[in-house]
Amino acid sequence: MADLHTFRDETRRWLEANAPASMRTPPANPDQICWGGKRTRYPDDVRRWLAVMAERGWTAPTWPREYGGGGLAKGEAKVLAEEMAKLRLRLPLTGFGLAMIGPLLLQEGSEELKREHLPAIVRGEIRWCQGYSEPGSGSDLASLQTRAVRDGDVFVLNGQKVWTSHGDVSDWMFILVRTDFEAAKHSGITFLLMDMETPGVGVRPIKLISGSSPFCETFLSDVRVPVRNVVGRVNGGWLLAKALLGHERTMIADAFKERDDAKRLVALARRYLGEDGGRVADARARDRIAQLEMDQACLDLTLARARDGAKAGHKPGPESSIFKLYGTELNQRRRELMVEILGPQALGWEGPGFSEDELKLTRDWLRSRGNSIEGGTSEVQLNIIAKRVLGLPD
Amino acid sequence: MDLVLSEEQELLQQTAREFVAKRSSLKRIRALREGEDADGFSRELWREMARLGWTGIILPEEHGGLGLRYLDLMVVMEELGRGLMPEPMLSAVLLGANAILLGGTDAQRREHLPPVAAGEWLLALAWQETGSRYDPHHVATRAERAGSGWRLRGEKIQVLDGTAADRLVVSARTSGGVRDADGITLFVVRPDAPGVTVERQVRVDGRGAALVELADARVEPNAVLGEVDRGGALLARVLDRATIALGAEMLGSMSAAFDMTVDYLKTRIQFGVPIGSFQALKHRAARMFVELELARSAVMHAHRAVDEGRDDAAVARAASVAKARCSDAFLLIGNEAVQMHGGIGMTDEHDIGFFLKRARVAQLTLGDAAWHRDRMARLDGY
Repeated sequence: MADLHTFRDETRRWLEANAPASMRTPPANPDQICWGGKRTRYPDDVRRWLAVMAERGWTAPTWPREYGGGGLAKGEAKVLAEEMAKLRLRLPLTGFGLAMIGPLLLQEGSEELKREHLPAIVRGEIRWCQGYSEPGSGSDLASLQTRAVRDGDVFVLNGQKVWTSHGDVSDWMFILVRTDFEAAKHSGITFLLMDMETPGVGVRPIKLISGSSPFCETFLSDVRVPVRNVVGRVNGGWLLAKALLGHERTMIADAFKERDDAKRLVALARRYLGEDGGRVADARARDRIAQLEMDQACLDLTLARARDGAKAGHKPGPESSIFKLYGTELNQRRRELMVEILGPQALGWEGPGFSEDELKLTRDWLRSRGNSIEGGTSEVQLNIIAKRVLGLPD
Repeated sequence: MDLVLSEEQELLQQTAREFVAKRSSLKRIRALREGEDADGFSRELWREMARLGWTGIILPEEHGGLGLRYLDLMVVMEELGRGLMPEPMLSAVLLGANAILLGGTDAQRREHLPPVAAGEWLLALAWQETGSRYDPHHVATRAERAGSGWRLRGEKIQVLDGTAADRLVVSARTSGGVRDADGITLFVVRPDAPGVTVERQVRVDGRGAALVELADARVEPNAVLGEVDRGGALLARVLDRATIALGAEMLGSMSAAFDMTVDYLKTRIQFGVPIGSFQALKHRAARMFVELELARSAVMHAHRAVDEGRDDAAVARAASVAKARCSDAFLLIGNEAVQMHGGIGMTDEHDIGFFLKRARVAQLTLGDAAWHRDRMARLDGY
């Protein structure tokens, strides 16, 4: 414990000395969040913050030092997070590298792959995207048809991926491909790492009903990927993919946590619907706000309970589907309520007569309709709960 | 404090689950309903629960209790709820004894708490009136000074386990208007005192409840609980704690109803397959599971809020979140349980209907979901 105290003091001093003042506020817009990568130019203070933190390995505090990580014990990492929170510091780096492919490589990657990729992830040099869904394989992901045919020490890839988040600004993709066409659908899939600059890779952004999106289509035409880029074993990719999906589900629920949303809803309701003696005048809107706030509290508490359970040694299970299912639907209900509170002022697409905030709320509502589809539809989550938690028969 | 059970609490849970399975059954609950017994519960079982320490689980050791925490109480309440046990934990301990514990003088505590903990003495809280719905500050019953004591006049309704109680804690107005928060006083009243009539009410879940009529009932000066005119806040604190414990009981009941239903989905064959293979039913079962998990988190959090000594507003808020959730979740599960059992679920012969009835009673006890949403909005200033 005495060591942790020393560590806390040193950490605080170091953070105070090295964090740019501008990093001590939440990001004002999504452009200020650092995802790393070669294709995006970030502001100087963002880059400096990333550089000093990566130097210590503190973008990935618990990863081993030999791969560029911070080598911190769990207790130390917690202290670091607490001290960063106290100073209201932004995360120096975020993204699929740190959250998804990095942890997977640590567990399953070959020594060669770990040395090649982990330090680059820590430094934020490489931005990663995920190549899972295909036009013919949405909810039934295991039916994917992108072909990888072996030719000596490379696989030759042909096919198409969709819903590649940030595919147009990413440097590498972790991708699921079919390597055995005779085997049962779950048994012929391989997990590969692919450089997006390889000849034959084409990327096209997708425009959503909300007007824009981070999603892309990725076209693969005779793309040559070295066999040494296989994670795990050939034809053994499905289990790895599924493990990552479970992780993604919890991440999605966490991403929707917006602490000030209740206050924001109340402020919107007061402004657009009026107030009566301090109360939101519209009794029905007021009731819906309270309902949302209670539902959010229950979800947050359930996430906290899962974390406390993990700390106590309970194994995380398919319950993560709860977070994906409920978190996304909650966000959708919130967006709908906001639009209905705005009333006619929610009808703008662009141009005069509508404020920036109003236009954004409307587009956010449209975008939120995708929440219950991406990352596994609500129906797929319900299937997972019914089968793997409740044991209901097929 | 983490949102997980400790090893001791897991042991307590095991003990309670085995006790309920061995000593109680839905057959017993059915027999109590059919019986002419005025109590609606078993005194013998209550004394056994006292020997296990449960009747005094949250009462201080100096008054014969175990002096444990609310999270420990939660474990027991949940298991009692699993078995739909009607023994008077809520009325005697959470409402009656808690009023004495939180508002009584040392002498009052010494008089009432040890026999409650020992399972020999029952208390009931008479607070609700016709038209008051869930508002504890809506009190039309009047108390006027009479000599050195008081004279009470009015009627209380649906007093939980009122016919079995050795003493009634009664809210009465000593000043102000019918709906004022100030001007309420709590009195400890003998049910056999002149002017007091206690009449059994029969409710849909078969548990004990009573009409209490106070026709110029005389009480002694030392019958006042807490301060004169200041009983409103005390009453609210007592009701919030009872609301939280009721949430735990509801959690246990809805878990049991859900488990029975999932079992039925796996074993009932129609069209040559178990009906649980139909996606129309699977998805609804999965949604019930989500509701259960969310309810559990809210209930644990509310018990923890009391244990951590949070202020009254924070405890009230946590109680509202838990009760609103449990009210909606239990009713959903009760309704779906009957629906998924099909025709047999509608028969009195099958047990599942008992859970639906209890769901409705528990929902409309101590505030339904809409009432608690309104209260939370008020607490949060909108």
